[in-house]
Amino acid sequence: MDLSAINPVLLIASLMVAATPLLLASVGELVVERSGVLNLGVEGMMITGAICGFAISVETGSPFTGFLAAMGGGALLSLLFAFLTQFALANQVASGLALTLFGLGLSALMGQGYVGIKPPATPRLDIPLLSDIPVLGRILFSHDLVLYFGIALTAVVWVLLKYTRVGLILRAVGENHDAAHALGFSVVGVRVVAIMFGGACAGLGGAYISLIRVPQWTEGMTAGIGWIALALVVFASWKPWRVLLGAYLFGGISVLQLNLQAAGIAIPVEYLAMSPYIVTILVLVSLSADKSRAPASLGRIFHASQ
Amino acid sequence: MRLSKILTGATLALGLATGAAAQDKTKVGFIYVGPIGDGGWTYEHDKGRLAVEEHFGDQVETVYQESVPEGADAERAITQMALQGADLIFTTSFGYMDPTINVAKKFPDVKFEHATGYKQAENVSTYSARFYEGRAVQGHIAGQMTDSNIVGYIGSYPIPEVIRGINSAFIHARKVNPDVEFKIVWAYTWFDPAKEADAASVLIEQGADVILQHTDSTAPLAAAENAGDVIGFGQASDMAEYKPSPRVSSIIDNWAPYYIDRVQAVIDGTWESQDIWHGIDEGMVGIGEITDAVPDDIKASALELKDSIASGDYHPFTGPINKQDGSAWLAEGEVADDGTLLGMDFYVEGIEGKIPE
Repeated sequence: MDLSAINPVLLIASLMVAATPLLLASVGELVVERSGVLNLGVEGMMITGAICGFAISVETGSPFTGFLAAMGGGALLSLLFAFLTQFALANQVASGLALTLFGLGLSALMGQGYVGIKPPATPRLDIPLLSDIPVLGRILFSHDLVLYFGIALTAVVWVLLKYTRVGLILRAVGENHDAAHALGFSVVGVRVVAIMFGGACAGLGGAYISLIRVPQWTEGMTAGIGWIALALVVFASWKPWRVLLGAYLFGGISVLQLNLQAAGIAIPVEYLAMSPYIVTILVLVSLSADKSRAPASLGRIFHASQ
Repeated sequence: MRLSKILTGATLALGLATGAAAQDKTKVGFIYVGPIGDGGWTYEHDKGRLAVEEHFGDQVETVYQESVPEGADAERAITQMALQGADLIFTTSFGYMDPTINVAKKFPDVKFEHATGYKQAENVSTYSARFYEGRAVQGHIAGQMTDSNIVGYIGSYPIPEVIRGINSAFIHARKVNPDVEFKIVWAYTWFDPAKEADAASVLIEQGADVILQHTDSTAPLAAAENAGDVIGFGQASDMAEYKPSPRVSSIIDNWAPYYIDRVQAVIDGTWESQDIWHGIDEGMVGIGEITDAVPDDIKASALELKDSIASGDYHPFTGPINKQDGSAWLAEGEVADDGTLLGMDFYVEGIEGKIPE
């Protein structure tokens, strides 16, 4: 065993990369759930975003266009869910599960011609001076733009929910849709926008996997990150900064366990492999011991006549 | 998304669904563990399938199913293929061993060929390639190319085939560089680009400047390219799109001659259960072009090593070799027998770490 082989700077830098898809998808789902909608289709939207982003960036040669396409693809797929749950008043759990299955199949079909292709490289930020600072430069100033976008998005969502009128309306819709409706807010309108925001975020998270983290397209390559994002939102008590903490914890321990394996630590591989799940849940559950709770209207169907 | 690609995909899906029409044709089925576009293991098996089609033309019809999980689901997929009227079925991954044997019992008239396993039956042959011969050449190059003296190795599952590869690469890396060390990460998958990329990145972060992989995707090579100054090898297929660096050479599985041979045997009615283990000599294991990223003298000696293995003058497991715990395995000049190699469950002396249970 040789723990000195683990370079903490590189470890932190790569945990940020590993955490970003999860963070993006979770923040999106957090907004959806704060508006009172439970969308279990995160995995399906992520994988659809992954192939949309991959295909478009291969065709156009521009990763940036690819990321935009991924957001579009995710949002478009989420519209299907929005239609089913907000207009056809279908059960949200069933619709969400169906969305995941549909997204997995659709992405596999769309991806037939894109297996084994190299996507155009996404440039890493390289700020002269700042990126050269020892330790901090590598950790803070030498990632791709999407990673910073993820952190910024968390901050924006936090401010929006906590300090703005828009956030107040969104939360009102999520807490008590009848009251919000009585006040004259469009419950369905707010929810559709929230669902599309969640879809775009999940799509972006998926494209981050297929364009930056791997980078390659394969069927089912999101490998359950969408489900982890769903769990993360609950364990983080629907609070943006806790989502960030949870995502970094999960990403960090996933990377750390591979590092420990490579360093030859004498813990069975199976325990190392399950450690990210256990540690993340334990930390977030102990954090949520305060009085935070789910949005009161979460998962309930709204119709103006009721 | 181009429409043509969507249509190709749809046609492919339809093609799988429609059964065989002509009964006089010999029907050959293939079960793949990954997608045919993995650029590695499954890709090469599919190239073998296409070679069969080209060779026999209208005489045969081939069907395949990709990304079949190892385990219970494999049994269902193989059964379905047998029910569809396949005369010969190739199951192309280690984990299909028991499913293949189980299904073969139910279909005594169908011939089965299982890759890399060790269980035969009246109608089940096994075939594999001596990949460890290629690993020896890889180790030879890796040991001399590394500056940090750390070689990273991404293992899939701790099965004899993979352990054999690690040992062979290690022995030959140590021969040319007594200071070299192997860091081994087990990915527990044959094909999961995200996991493979993470594993490669971790190994690189811990100082490895040569990455050997026993998983099937090109993701580790992509990670090596990203890191710069890190080299790797094509696994199972040439992975030529990463030439000349990071991919400096490769092990190429060439199944086509064997597949053609066996299909011919079924057509002729001379098929018999057998156990085949071919190497560089027979052409089942190929060494991909060694690129200019490798200095000439290393390249020359690597080719020499390859030739001596092919001619039978040299066996990669020639004593003296001790096991990891220091106990003697092969005496001076003694050559490992196939039985031990097929069941290999130990590291040789010098490798650190334990094989997961």
